[in-house]
Amino acid sequence: MPPEPGLCFAASFAPALLDPARSTPELVTGPNGKAAGRRYDVYRNNVTVSLIDALAAIYPAVQRITGVDFFRAMARLHVRSNPPTSPLLFEYGRDFPDFIEAYEHAQDLPWLGDVARLERAWLDAYHAADAIPLSPARLSAVTPDRLADLVFIPHPAARCLRSNYAAVTIFAANRDDAPIMRIDASTPEDALITRGEFDVAVRRLPPGGAVFAHHLMSGRPLGEAAAAALEAASEFDIAANIAGLIEAGAFTSLCCGDPS
Amino acid sequence: MSAKHTVTSLVLAGAVSTALATLASAAPLSKAEADAAVAAKKEKCFGVALKGQNDCAAGPGTTCQGTSTVDYQGNAWKFVKGGTCTSIELPGGKKGSLKPI
Repeated sequence: MPPEPGLCFAASFAPALLDPARSTPELVTGPNGKAAGRRYDVYRNNVTVSLIDALAAIYPAVQRITGVDFFRAMARLHVRSNPPTSPLLFEYGRDFPDFIEAYEHAQDLPWLGDVARLERAWLDAYHAADAIPLSPARLSAVTPDRLADLVFIPHPAARCLRSNYAAVTIFAANRDDAPIMRIDASTPEDALITRGEFDVAVRRLPPGGAVFAHHLMSGRPLGEAAAAALEAASEFDIAANIAGLIEAGAFTSLCCGDPS
Repeated sequence: MSAKHTVTSLVLAGAVSTALATLASAAPLSKAEADAAVAAKKEKCFGVALKGQNDCAAGPGTTCQGTSTVDYQGNAWKFVKGGTCTSIELPGGKKGSLKPI
């Protein structure tokens, strides 16, 4: 079956949009068959600018950290080599954090990729399905002998991110226009991102908290998660972390794990 | 219960009990109360965080500039960071550079 005429047109029209070195496609002409290079450039410009603007809207803290000119130059390079694969603009730029980490001019900001990952997780949590967070009453109904095998079902918006740098502090300080204090980037920080109801919340996890949260959110039972967290950090506080995760809305329900 | 758990059921029971006590002090809502609270709030407006992206955003002073064939990527000044990065430090005094690299 031959492709639809519209698809044929797009296949000829689109490739040069993100590549300024390529000439205007031959099928684009002005009235009376005149060349239409400048008209085509309008499309080129709008495609590039709209995608850079999309990245700026998704990664506002990164833009504030680097300044607008640097951000747009970096974003332009990313846009040119990574066209969108989804018509949903908020899905664009999922690979931008990896790009930043490899970007030669951002090598002196090694924490910037993790800040971008946090911003991406923030938006993913924002668009995740709504769900009612787990009520503490459900947990209090579980008998002590079942606790070790208890499995927590993660909330659709819940995310856990680890960083070798102070990514949460840097993220929080740059998500709005408030003046920022000096930040020591060298302290590793882990983040819990949740949206219990309407507002996305980003919390810094205590030592062992990310291992605990990651285990529980991957469906590992409570006993195993607590043991792994204690192994990662001897000062890990089981009670505080259970309370913290439930209060943040990281789960929706409980399930008895495989008793074997 | 089984030997593979280094965290005993007793420890877990104590931790859960403490966690619940912590949460109870914050007076968690019953489901009916929570539903009422949700209903009272305005309906969530999807896409607000990405407002404006459906506009023809062709740059300042015009709706549609045909300038994309001008490629700025070779201009060194574009790689100079001008944001808050100079306030973010790594040990050894390494931080965001204000000079072109």
